Parts: sequence; C-alpha cells; structure tokens
Amino acid sequence: MSGYSADPRIRWAEYLPWIAAIAFFFLMPGYLSLGARILIFILFALSLDLILGYAGIVTLGHSAFFGLGAYTAGALGAHTGITDPFAQLAGAAALSALLGLATGAVILRTRALTLLMLTLAITAILLEIANKWTSMTGGADGLAGVKVAPILGLFRFDLYGKTAFFYCLVTLFVGWWVVRRIIYSPYGAMLTGIRENAARMHAIGAPVYWRLVLIYTISATMAGIAGALLTQVNQFVGLNVLGLEPSGDILVMLILGGVGRLYGAFIGPIVYLLAQDYLAKQYPEYWYLGIGALLIVVVLFARGGILGIADVLFRNKKAL
Amino acid sequence: MYSLETRKLCKSFGALTVADRIDFRLEAGARHALIGPNGAGKTTFVNMLMGALAPSSGEILLGGEQITKLSQSTRVRRGLGRTFQVTSLFRSLSVLDNVALGIAEREGVARRMWRPASRHKEITDEARELLSGLGIADEAGTRVADLAYGKQRLVEIAIALGLKPKVLLLDEPAAGVPSHESQKIMMSLERLPSDIAILMIEHDMDLVFRFARRITVLVQGVVLTEGTPQEIAKDERVHQVYLGEQSHA
Repeated sequence: MSGYSADPRIRWAEYLPWIAAIAFFFLMPGYLSLGARILIFILFALSLDLILGYAGIVTLGHSAFFGLGAYTAGALGAHTGITDPFAQLAGAAALSALLGLATGAVILRTRALTLLMLTLAITAILLEIANKWTSMTGGADGLAGVKVAPILGLFRFDLYGKTAFFYCLVTLFVGWWVVRRIIYSPYGAMLTGIRENAARMHAIGAPVYWRLVLIYTISATMAGIAGALLTQVNQFVGLNVLGLEPSGDILVMLILGGVGRLYGAFIGPIVYLLAQDYLAKQYPEYWYLGIGALLIVVVLFARGGILGIADVLFRNKKAL
Repeated sequence: MYSLETRKLCKSFGALTVADRIDFRLEAGARHALIGPNGAGKTTFVNMLMGALAPSSGEILLGGEQITKLSQSTRVRRGLGRTFQVTSLFRSLSVLDNVALGIAEREGVARRMWRPASRHKEITDEARELLSGLGIADEAGTRVADLAYGKQRLVEIAIALGLKPKVLLLDEPAAGVPSHESQKIMMSLERLPSDIAILMIEHDMDLVFRFARRITVLVQGVVLTEGTPQEIAKDERVHQVYLGEQSHA
C-alpha cells in the first residue's frame, strides 16, 4: 500500500473504523471502558506495525515503551502533582522516545534472533526495575492513586468511560493520521525497501541503520503514549504492562489482524480483546485456549491475518 | 586522476588470500572488463570497492579521494553504483518503485515523512524515463517478482543508473539470462551515458569483447595482466589460465 505507485487518497473503507467507533459510543454505552481499552491497544498495535510490518524489525520487547509510558504517566500523576493529561502524555512520549533512541541505537546493529533476544531483555530489565523500585512504581502491588485532571480543564474522567473513550479515540486518530502519512511518504516507501531487501538499500545509498533507529524511536513514542493512556483511563498501573506477556499479546493481536496492512492493527485488538472479554466470562480458566486456537487457525490458513482473508474473499468476488 | 583506483588492495580470510595487492585504475568514461576464472576474487573485489567488504589492507580512491573507510551508503552518494551478480531487487514492489527508491535516495527525498511519495512527480517521471530508455517502460506497474529474469536484470541496471553514478560496477549483468535477452542487455549497456566509467565483470566472453575497451584479468586474487581486448586475446598466459578453448581471434 505504500510506495511511489500508491494512491494516498483516503478510501471510503478507511472512514469505517471511525464511524464504527462513534456508533459504538452511542449504541454500547455500557461497554465504553472496554472500548477505550480496545482503542489504546489499537494505538499500541499501530506502533508495532510501523516497525514490524513496514520496517521488518522483529521484536518481543515492545512492551518496554508501553510500560515506560504507563509508569511515566502514573508517576507524574501520583508523585509529582503533574495531573494535566496532555502533560502526562508528553512526559510519557518523551521518555519512551529517549528509551527508543537509546536502545534502538544499540540493538538495531543486530538482526534476527539476536535482535529478538535483545528486545526481550530490555523489557525484562524494565519489568525488574518496576518490580524493585517500589517507592516509585508500587512494585508488585501496582501504582494506585494516579491523579488525572479534567481534559482541557473541562472534561472529567467519568465512571462510565465516556470521556476516556473520546480522549482515546482522538489520540488514536492523531496516531493513525501520523502513521498513515509516514507509510505513504517517501520514508515509508524506503522502510518497505529495507524490509524487502536491506542489502539493496545499502547499495542505493540509504543509511539503513539510522533510518531504522528513527522509525524505532517514533514507534516507541507512540507505544509510550498508548501506555500513558492506559494509566490515565485506569488511574492505576501494574506490572502487567511490562515483560514478555504484553509484548506477546500485542504481537498476537497484530498477527491476527494482519501485519503491515495498517488496518490489521485495528482488527486484531478488536477481535483479541472482544474474544478475551467473552471467553474470560464464559471460561475463566481456559480463555487463553480460545485465543491460541484462533491464532493457530489464522497462522495456518490466513497468513495475512484476518484482513488477508478479507482480501482473498474480495478478490474472489471480483473474479466471479 | 582516475575515476576509480585501488592501491595494493588485499583481502584475506584467515590463511586464504582472495585479493593480493591489487593495483587497478579505471579512467573517466572507461569501458573496462574484469575477467577471471571462477574463484578468481572478482566479486570480492567489487564488494571491497563498494564497501560491502572491508579490505585487509590497501586503499581505494574514487575521483582521487580516499573512500577506503567510508560506508557503503556514503560511497554510493559519492558516485559509486553497482548491480548484483544475483539479482537483488525489491521483489514485492513494482518496477517503478524499485527505480524510484534509488532516485529518491539520490535526491534526498527518501528521508521525507510527510508529503505522499506518489506526489513527488519529479521522482516518478525520472524513473519512467529511465525505464523507457531501457525499453521496459511498459512494465512500470508490474511487480518485480512477476517479471521475466532478463527484464529483472534491466531493472537492476535502471536502479543503478537512477543513482547517476560516476562509476558503475556491473557484476555479471547478463548472468542467467538467455542469449536473445542478453543481446538486449548488451544494447542497453552500449547506450549508457559515455561519461560514466563502467567496470563490468562478466563470464560471457562475447559480451566482454564487444563491450570493453580494456580488460583486466584476475587469477587467484592477483592481477595477471591488463590490456586491450586484442592484447588479452593474444596473451598466452590468459589462454592457459582462463580462456582455454574459448579464445578469440
């Protein structure tokens, strides 16, 4: 979808997620908290898609940035008196960007399994820091009492999740817009080139390493913002935002939806979190079995994820 | 001053020496071929020139300037382009995108993040012009993976030309291509701008003798001899170590 041949105009189908989100707000008022959570994970998945789907950076440590963003917003709200939600987002974005830049500059010199292990190591280290630094993070008990002021001084976070839903929706919209601009830009085309054939990109004069570091930093920033949103919506942050599990979860969500397709990052979290919500109620002990089965089906029969299935169906229909 | 020059260029892998004190000069606008039997170290030599492989010792100069320590991408930006022995393209991208990526890199457009790539008309127009010059403009929208191999070789050349190199290294441009298509490649090569110095590595002696005005023979990492095609064809040592039965009159 990216590249010099791609038409960057917004297609009608691209309005659907936003129409669906607004419809959801009015039609499902009892599920707005779940809706806000889905929107947050869409943003997180988008950030992962940027590096995995477009730049080909395989990672098991993307939760490092999500978790850092979550704890930064939490620490600002609980310890420093900085309660303005945008200031918290900015703080989370800045620290996540710094971490992305610093770690990216080191690990992106490696590839394949080494890179995968290093990304995992980074989130594992952060998890351990969060676990031990109890005065700042609350340790295993989590960080409660995160204060978040009304948005623009007007919209207080309410119990029903109305404010949270719209706040997350607007933030996601901005994130989606930025990602979309990037993937249709020459930079996006260049990233696709790196994913396809890094050796060739070197041979056409692209400073591949620095280009990857930059996109990794941008992706980390977005993931940090997603983490901060989660903290603000819950007014709490726990250790489950760091480590292998959330990294694996977001990877599963993206694979379910379809990697490198932009809207796979929308479909995956919706399916995953709705399935999780339903299965956890029906089968509290075995809910992950259902997710696992779904993933196996998608990986075996739909390598492009759910959007890949949609593509095939659409093509077949056109061929008939 | 030479377009490209190496001085005592060496490369060893442990005890194995694959390039041994190679002194090589490429003049401005040269049409030069590097030949040698399999394992002579030709591709190693090109990889060292490009910066894909670090030499063990020696120097590389591009337009009289030291580039020995420079990265591959910096060398390309200074005017060194190459094609690969085994086609190395962006297979899932269109032919146009393959060429546009290189042009965008040359023009400094590739690092831009905001304006859509397809709105950079100057890039796509130049890419189409290049493809047209090589006779594959009709394939601009075709995915490279769906392209015949001979045309893929032309895309390789188009990408390299899109970088507007001062020196172009062609690593077996007709490798794996049926003879009728290799003639098309040869015709395309003959039409390349005369100000580009070209070093071609090729096994196909018909192509070499048709294209090159000078030939260097490399054997086991050592320059055996250098001369005009006529001189090389008459050189007994070349016959012995390389040409064998294929000798040209």
